[in-house]
Amino acid sequence: MSVLTVRDLSVVFRTETGPLSVVDKVDLSLDAGEIVGVVGESGCGKSVTAMSLTGLLPSSANVTGSAVLDGTELIGAPESVLRRVRGREVAYIFQEPMSSLNPVLTVGRQIGEVLRVHEGLKRRDARARAVELLALVGIPSPAHRVDNYPHQLSGGMRQRVMIAMAVACGPKVLVADEPTTALDVTVQAGILDVLRDLRERLGTSVLVITHDLGVIADIADRVLVMYAGRIVERAGVHDLFAAPRHHYTAGLLAASPVPGEHAGTHRLREIPGLVPVLVTQPDACTFAERCAAAEDDCRVQEPRLDPPGGSGHGAACWHPVRQRRGAAS
Amino acid sequence: MRGYLFTRAWQSLLTLFLATAVVFLGIRALPGDPALALAGEDRSPEALAAIRAEYGLDQSVFVQFGRFAWNAVRGDLGTSTRTGVEVTAMLGTALPVTIELALLAILLATVLGVGAGTVAAVRRGRPAEWLANGLALIGLSVPHFWLGLVAILYLSVSTGLFPASGFVPFLDDPVANLHHIVLPVVILGTGLSAVIMRQTRSSMLDALGTDYVRTAKAKGLRPRAVIGRHALRNSLIVVVTIVGLQLGALISGAVVTEQIFGLPGFGKMTIDAVFQRDYPVIQAVVLVTATAYIGINFLVDLLYSLIDPRIRVGGAAA
Repeated sequence: MSVLTVRDLSVVFRTETGPLSVVDKVDLSLDAGEIVGVVGESGCGKSVTAMSLTGLLPSSANVTGSAVLDGTELIGAPESVLRRVRGREVAYIFQEPMSSLNPVLTVGRQIGEVLRVHEGLKRRDARARAVELLALVGIPSPAHRVDNYPHQLSGGMRQRVMIAMAVACGPKVLVADEPTTALDVTVQAGILDVLRDLRERLGTSVLVITHDLGVIADIADRVLVMYAGRIVERAGVHDLFAAPRHHYTAGLLAASPVPGEHAGTHRLREIPGLVPVLVTQPDACTFAERCAAAEDDCRVQEPRLDPPGGSGHGAACWHPVRQRRGAAS
Repeated sequence: MRGYLFTRAWQSLLTLFLATAVVFLGIRALPGDPALALAGEDRSPEALAAIRAEYGLDQSVFVQFGRFAWNAVRGDLGTSTRTGVEVTAMLGTALPVTIELALLAILLATVLGVGAGTVAAVRRGRPAEWLANGLALIGLSVPHFWLGLVAILYLSVSTGLFPASGFVPFLDDPVANLHHIVLPVVILGTGLSAVIMRQTRSSMLDALGTDYVRTAKAKGLRPRAVIGRHALRNSLIVVVTIVGLQLGALISGAVVTEQIFGLPGFGKMTIDAVFQRDYPVIQAVVLVTATAYIGINFLVDLLYSLIDPRIRVGGAAA
């Protein structure tokens, strides 16, 4: 049962130097209780995709396509509808927990705010719920911490506060945008545990946006690989790591260090070139310029995800990687 | 906190002492002899000597300063060499005028400035911002003495809506008091609001671009809550700083406005005292100004820590 279904989502920014195509014809679906990872380099459009769902992009962004959340179309919906969706049905966790929390309000107040606006709780009740939520995300002595300001908490605790705030109203979809990037590795694991735990207990669907393949391998059920605004590969997490089909995915995996006998002795392979900045989306493969397997047809016709739709393993590539690479995930 | 207050009080006293000493010595280095000014037509050496003896001007500067400081501590600031009135009494009538003018003007300036600055930041690139920016530019570039004169000309002289000059103490007749102070407050306040507006606008723009404002929007808060609770509160540090500086400057220097509107305030008293070499009055003026600055600075520091919990006075982390 799909909670969120996104079809043909495109985002074009109007800038001073002209239009900029950031997201192109993205399809994705999220089932109840599912954790889907979106992976890609900085600037590939993964955060913009997530922000566009609830109309959080600046007014210079032109969003087209469709995003249906439990029967409600979100793209083009009036602000009053979107405001009810934000924080209650679709909640966000952002990358930098220090700057994402307001420095001049206590964490209890910031968590309570969501409950007061969406569930009409009184100040005292909201505070009591905030204490429960802090306990839920594993913050010790929550009754004391609820009156703390963000600067009095560690980075990991701040991110837990962000999560508590996000799940306060029991959202259907939790968007975690680089939830662990600013944190120590040991703290990262704790945060991912919290997310997994919330999925088990509350049945929340989670969209994890990251550039970190380790996070994906750790937490995701399914993976979408984005490149220059398009989804180039879609696969179950084991399939993706065991047998990537798109050359970009294969390149990403080859650029990640693998523990083992070669560790520290051979250079990581990088993908040559840079991510293109696109004014318009060409009718071609946007990765062709950097792809060793590119042929003439890659430059004249856009490859679509094959097979289209659904959740099977698919790649938007005319000449997918042959199934021989057996990299361990 | 107690240690902090103690340090702060000690520093304040030192500042007061130094400011007074510098001015005390400074005015005596100015050309012009108060005895000559006081003597009038009768400039015989005997008359001058008598005047010098009467006011202690024949003694060394250090003795004079010591006597002044000792008296000041006991609440006696001497008598005006010009009018023979006790300086504390002069302050008693002049200060309320200036304090009322300054507080009302700064209140108006803050309300206007913060309001317009917020609107300009939120409605960036739209007509509301152009209007606010344009008005601020006018407020900054048009000298308020000129604006005051124009206001007197059109609102007082030709239409008689407001009195052109003078002052009525609030306790004598509150309505007449406000009637007299409206024009000066508006002229002074609108000029100051332009600065506050510019500062509010730029710090609001910073705040609106922050991650926590994005978080606030993503929580589904109404724009009013996003702007008022999240963005504006973080911009207030800048506003409080500016308002504090302006208030200090107003206490000591609403000179032009007071002069134009004939308000018998502190600024007018200062100017008169300087022109007449009225040493006791000048010294008192400096003492009061320094005290006002120190007091306002202290208030501003306390406000900082109320606005932003990361700032704790005395360095004691909570």
